[in-house]
Amino acid sequence: MKGALFSPRLLRGLLPPLSLAALLIAIFWLQPRTMSYFGLNLLLNLAVPIALATIAQMFILCVNELDLSIGAFVSLVACITATWLHDTPLLGVLALAGLVVAYGAIGALIHVRQLPSIVVTLGLSFVWLGLAVLVLPTPGGSAPAYIRALMTLKTPLVPFPIIASIALAGIVHVALMRSAWGAILRGAGGNAEALARAGWSILRIKFTMFALAGFFGVLSGMALVGLTTSADANIALRYTLLSIAGVILGGGEFVGGRVSPIGAVIGAVTLALAASFLSFLRLNPDWQIGAQGAILIIVLALRVLISQIERHR
Amino acid sequence: MSGLGKILRQPWLWAWLGALAVWLATAVFTGGKGSAEVLSAALTFGAFYVIVALGQMFVITLGPGNVDLSIPACMTLAGTVAMKAMDGAAGAIPLGLALALAVGLFVGTANYALIRLLSIPPIIATLSSSFIFQSAAIWWNRGLRIKPPVALGDFTTARIAGVPVIALVVIAMAVVMHVVLTRTVYGQSVTAIGQNRRAAHLAGIAVERTRAATYIMCATLAGLCGYLLAAFSGGAALNMGQEFLLSSIAVVVIGGTSVAGGFANVPGLWGAALFLFLLVTMLNTFGAGAGVRLVLTGLIIIGVIVAASGGRRRT
Repeated sequence: MKGALFSPRLLRGLLPPLSLAALLIAIFWLQPRTMSYFGLNLLLNLAVPIALATIAQMFILCVNELDLSIGAFVSLVACITATWLHDTPLLGVLALAGLVVAYGAIGALIHVRQLPSIVVTLGLSFVWLGLAVLVLPTPGGSAPAYIRALMTLKTPLVPFPIIASIALAGIVHVALMRSAWGAILRGAGGNAEALARAGWSILRIKFTMFALAGFFGVLSGMALVGLTTSADANIALRYTLLSIAGVILGGGEFVGGRVSPIGAVIGAVTLALAASFLSFLRLNPDWQIGAQGAILIIVLALRVLISQIERHR
Repeated sequence: MSGLGKILRQPWLWAWLGALAVWLATAVFTGGKGSAEVLSAALTFGAFYVIVALGQMFVITLGPGNVDLSIPACMTLAGTVAMKAMDGAAGAIPLGLALALAVGLFVGTANYALIRLLSIPPIIATLSSSFIFQSAAIWWNRGLRIKPPVALGDFTTARIAGVPVIALVVIAMAVVMHVVLTRTVYGQSVTAIGQNRRAAHLAGIAVERTRAATYIMCATLAGLCGYLLAAFSGGAALNMGQEFLLSSIAVVVIGGTSVAGGFANVPGLWGAALFLFLLVTMLNTFGAGAGVRLVLTGLIIIGVIVAASGGRRRT
């Protein structure tokens, strides 16, 4: 009986939402005014682009690769959105579509030549950053009106960031975790050889997963510009680390295709909230990045603890 | 004939050829003017790259998933702590050095403890710890830029017959590390673990002890580099380690060390470090702006890795 109540598997699944709930309660307790429509809106606004970037990273981690360029990529998209997409929409759309295809092609290249994704994406981060500097040499530009309108949408009762996060988690969850198509994509991370023997093209799977990552990276950059209304080449560089941390916080693993879209979104929101929490604590802002690292380590430690309970049974 | 074939098959050859080609291209463009100065600068900056790359090389050689991402944070923290402790006093130079190395020792130990106790991939362990060390550096630094002792600053810029002293020191370090890699039980253990961890364990190699020593050594070298770089650039800056994240990995891989582990070489590190610096210099000389420079640097690094992987597959 007791085993069913506290099954380690359940515990592990509950870890991300429980961390988020604990953090939210702590914030409400420290700053009761955040417990309102506008409070939550302010608190969670910037979580939307981070969640989108985290989903992008999740697709890459799902096929046992790692993307160290997503932050620079989101910055590049933000720069294009604030300039080309605003001034000459057709050129902007073409450029962004080209970037998604480029991302897929990189996945294909990594697979064909068996390249280490860490090194390739580190090199790519330079390429994206350089392109961003070329597109927008000095901070500026302006957000297209429709993106601005969407990101500042005043939805009834529930603030827009919450609706957007839930929709994002739900859609990706259904597509990746509940569909036959998603099972094949994830299989490439679990056992690529078995999948290849069954007649699936790993090359196409890698292309698809990287292109999906590029697509969500594009959405992340557009959402970010919608909030900040202008861009600069370094605007989202920290997203690289945040996105990896978000996936891991949400229960994703590094190998084996074990990821969770819902967990990833929760992880991203948790990290975004952690910054607000620390400022409410009046903690020295110097320690903000460090605290995110500490939260990551604590959650990983809790996970080890749960696994050990599992082993003892 | 077989002698030439042997040289052609050396993994470090391409990095050195690349460095030479880039340097010649720059020299042709400027008509040979300032080529010696460029080389001297390349030796100085290359030395900093090589110090961290030596550690990163041993880490990467341990096998897939082994990378130290905390190098930039460790460098910044070590540089900051050392500069603040010395406060510009010449007498405190050894103290500063000891503190920088101690910071490295601590960072390496903490990294390994995380890897072992949480049984998480080294990438995520060093990534999470680097957040904390970077914060510690920001907090300790408080936005101040304390100048290094004059004597120490002079040491990092001194030259003997036009050759930077720091380059000579690092060349000596590289020779020692080459011997450590190829002639000691430790070096052979690292290579063996990278080739097949289970087989290495069954052969009686102390796998965990070797891994611990490698991560600690890597961080200690990063601490040393942070100390020297802060002295060279007139104080510790909070972003001083930033570019070393990519370059420490790029230098190792371009130098011909297998990124899948189990196969390392030291001479390639120097070739790759010179190549990377001379490449940026060449693009600068050609009048490329910051954007073009970044794009080309990234593309060339990716190109080298694509080419290197193809070569290794055929053999």
